[in-house]
Amino acid sequence: MIRKFKNQLFRAMCVLATLIGLGILVIILFTLFQKGMAGMSWSLFTEVTPGPGGEGGLANAIVGSLIMTLLGIVIAAPIGILAGTWLAEYGQHSKTADTIRFLNGMLMSAPSILIGLFVYEMVVVFMGHFSGWAGAISLAIIALPVIISTTEEMLKLVPITLREAGAGLGTPRWKVTVKLSYRAVSTGIITGILLSVARISGETAPLLFTALNSSFMTVNPNEPMANLPVTIYQFAMSPYDSWNQLAWSGALLITMAILFLNIISRVLPQLKKRRS
Amino acid sequence: MTAISLRALPWQGDDLFRRACLTSAGLISVLMFAILLSLCIGAWPALEKFGVGFFFSSEWNPVTKEFGAANALYGTLVSSVIAVFLALPVGLGIAIFLSELCPVWLSRPLSIAIELLAAVPSIIYGMWGLFVFAPWFSEGFQVWAGEHLSELPIIGQLFSGPPMGVGLLTSGIILAFMILPILTSLIKEALSTVPKVLREATYGIGATQFEVIIKVLLPAIKGPIFGALILALGRALGETMAITFVIGGAQSIESSLFMPATSISATIAEQFNEATGDMHISALIGLGLVLFMITFIVMGTARVLLRRKAQ
Repeated sequence: MIRKFKNQLFRAMCVLATLIGLGILVIILFTLFQKGMAGMSWSLFTEVTPGPGGEGGLANAIVGSLIMTLLGIVIAAPIGILAGTWLAEYGQHSKTADTIRFLNGMLMSAPSILIGLFVYEMVVVFMGHFSGWAGAISLAIIALPVIISTTEEMLKLVPITLREAGAGLGTPRWKVTVKLSYRAVSTGIITGILLSVARISGETAPLLFTALNSSFMTVNPNEPMANLPVTIYQFAMSPYDSWNQLAWSGALLITMAILFLNIISRVLPQLKKRRS
Repeated sequence: MTAISLRALPWQGDDLFRRACLTSAGLISVLMFAILLSLCIGAWPALEKFGVGFFFSSEWNPVTKEFGAANALYGTLVSSVIAVFLALPVGLGIAIFLSELCPVWLSRPLSIAIELLAAVPSIIYGMWGLFVFAPWFSEGFQVWAGEHLSELPIIGQLFSGPPMGVGLLTSGIILAFMILPILTSLIKEALSTVPKVLREATYGIGATQFEVIIKVLLPAIKGPIFGALILALGRALGETMAITFVIGGAQSIESSLFMPATSISATIAEQFNEATGDMHISALIGLGLVLFMITFIVMGTARVLLRRKAQ
């Protein structure tokens, strides 16, 4: 009897824990919708961020974020894919490869604010001013380890017979990698890139001292660049109602975009599997 | 001549490709080294001036240019440890429910929902923590705790103080929410490595689910759970934006968990752009160096622990 009761109690506790976890997600999303929807309008996408207390939108911040995320990925993706290829194809179980794998894991878990400090010292101090480039570079450094490890994991899945078949035709090794291996796992690599886009598009800390922020619309990465996360941070902490409202709308936008990317990256591999 | 160079081409391509891959991979080591070096160089003026005292002094005064890391270090460590202690039971419960108790068709969507918690950006946790959770926590728990818990011996000190909503305990709780997904998925992964026979054998002698899980499964994955905890701790230590919102930003060490405090990351995020003078900047980078060292050691330990058990 007591054993049965204990068992039931235990099960109930586990269910409770799961409900807590789900509850947090639901409450956060609910809050975002409740507070963010009120500010949803076209002007959000067409007008630039207003002065203190004024009315406006988030157009410059959205454009800036898109540009820096795109630049960051364009920098990180080729380097990450090549580095992942080296780990999977050439380095394999050598000491060097293990060291690089370890350092890559460390870079992945390095606090993002430290990446910001690093890029500040290397790029901002060197250039003499804050810039979109500095922001894009810090985002690239954050995306890089994610892309490296997913590429490596994916390439390891390519069956050895596929490579042997390619090599048997006299194809040079690099062509086997590029034309056979990459193609075989393209969905996986793209998923990794999508996930790293999701990861960097919400990053705030590394942009604080690199891209800074700007209240103007600019597409020139040589200038300080407006971006959603820092704008949300500054507006949320401000005493002005209109700024707070914009912060909540921005928060809703960014969270929805990131959750969407996450869900897409989960659905994509399955869709592909079903089609083939 | 032409024939030879034509034949040599593909192999040159091979060499070129290998070199490009190697360079990219090598870039990671260069990056890590450069990060450490730039932090050391940036922190040097402060370390030179304050010496070892920098790590132990709780003086942080931009006006008199006296800087010490103790306040921020204390806030970082305490909030992260609170987070790990709070997240462990919940993470265990969720992992057990998802991999042992719930029907298979439900397990996958629920796992994805929990994993989505990890995708929510840090700044959103911060806003939600400050504007939604903190007021609720202040009225719902802190006022009650002030009446009932603050009189208790020993632990009473921890729960006394004004019910402001923000502070160390709030930061710990928000951090706990943030590390929950990684903790859950690592424990779930560990549970899935336990052979099925072990479960079947224990059920076979008439054990209840509770007994199977508590007496057989959990002891079998003690190591990985510990590794997961250390990894989650490492995540919590470096978390910035959420903490900046809810920790209160006070340069002090108080015995009460309700009081505002600060953390390394929050201090850097708040003060770096408004830093007055080179010594202030150098001290902030010094804080960054301390954080880098701590996370490097903690994460390194976690990786070694998790890898050893995985083999």
